[in-house]
Amino acid sequence: MAGTSLLSALGAVIRRDLLLAMRRKSDVLTTLFFFVIVVSLFPLGIGPEMAMLRQIAPGVLWVAALLATMLSLNRLFAADHADGTLEQMALSAVPLGVLVTGKVVAHWLLSGLPLVLLAPVLGLQFDLATDALGVLALALLIGTPVLSLIGAVGAGLTLGVRGGGVLVSLLVLPLYVPVLIFGAGAVEADLTGLGATAHLSLLAAFLALAAFFGPWATTVALRIALE
Amino acid sequence: MLEASNLECVRGEKSLFRGLSFRLDPGACLLVQGANGSGKTSLLRMLCGLSQPAQGEIRWNDEPIGKLAENYRGELLYCGHAGAVKDDLTALENARISATLAGAPVDEEAARQALRQFGLKGREDLPARVLSAGQKRRVALTRLLLEKRKLWVLDEPLTALDKAAVANLGGVIDAHLAGGGMAVLTSHQDLPLAAGRIEQLRLD
Repeated sequence: MAGTSLLSALGAVIRRDLLLAMRRKSDVLTTLFFFVIVVSLFPLGIGPEMAMLRQIAPGVLWVAALLATMLSLNRLFAADHADGTLEQMALSAVPLGVLVTGKVVAHWLLSGLPLVLLAPVLGLQFDLATDALGVLALALLIGTPVLSLIGAVGAGLTLGVRGGGVLVSLLVLPLYVPVLIFGAGAVEADLTGLGATAHLSLLAAFLALAAFFGPWATTVALRIALE
Repeated sequence: MLEASNLECVRGEKSLFRGLSFRLDPGACLLVQGANGSGKTSLLRMLCGLSQPAQGEIRWNDEPIGKLAENYRGELLYCGHAGAVKDDLTALENARISATLAGAPVDEEAARQALRQFGLKGREDLPARVLSAGQKRRVALTRLLLEKRKLWVLDEPLTALDKAAVANLGGVIDAHLAGGGMAVLTSHQDLPLAAGRIEQLRLD
């Protein structure tokens, strides 16, 4: 198949998933509200202790982002599996890896990108400085696609398994640890004046690695789940 | 040409069938028959490459289908129990999107034409949620017209269809076979096909 038709198939999957999400907005909005509420509970619980809030802000925002992503992972393939669309994708003349990549991109656009945009606003509650907020958004921008890519592998592996929701957390959360460490570390490094470049570069390296292996591993997992 | 040799299917501990061989030439239709649980769907999924036979080999134009991968899938159309029809999309969107996902994008006019041919005139822009089971099945079957594929593998295509739609589907399959296409299908109902082209395969 020619490169252009692969790209148009990729675009078609992304458009389809966005269209489906628009028709069923509550699914996407629940995840975002979860993120907003979890992050907002901390300043309310801890009270106006600015130094403490500044210190915990990066960790709280990143952990909330991980959990929000986890919540949305179950939806990634479940509906397509139930109504037979996934079978059709596996039998398509377009390689399954391309279609899976499209689904992961759509997942990030719906559940990763909104977190990136919301995080600086929520960060204000923690009294973060402007440039720390910038670093936070940048770290999330590089880190959240990794969460979607790794999460897709877990969602593929637990497809059709009873209690898959809990299982996917157990499988995927340990793999999120490096992203959490370097993502939250980037903001802390910026706050202490060390500069966030090293952390952000490492996050970008994770992204490159996940973008290369993620769709391939997901494809293998889905083919096993369909058998 | 589709050729299966010495296929064996194992589900759990039980062997559903073994030593199954057949050959399907252009213009021929294979009707797979058997009781519930005799392995009809398992055989069809094997022919598509969705599952692997415990033994034996399936070849398309003398090449194993596993080796052909996308080249084989580009010749194949599978319509299973689940119709791959999204409740939240309209009939038209369903038809166009499933064709695009299969790697054979169609324009809106072609999709409307195919839906009309399956008796869905006036329903094109309704969400599939409000369609009846038979109408959803018709939406799923429009793929037969939209994706130009050589080999059709249809698992119980007549489920929920009314008499007119069954006759219509028979005509569509006849035209496909007349054009040198091939079809493998299972059905508990009688499918009105031009006689002489149908080979029967019983799984017992």
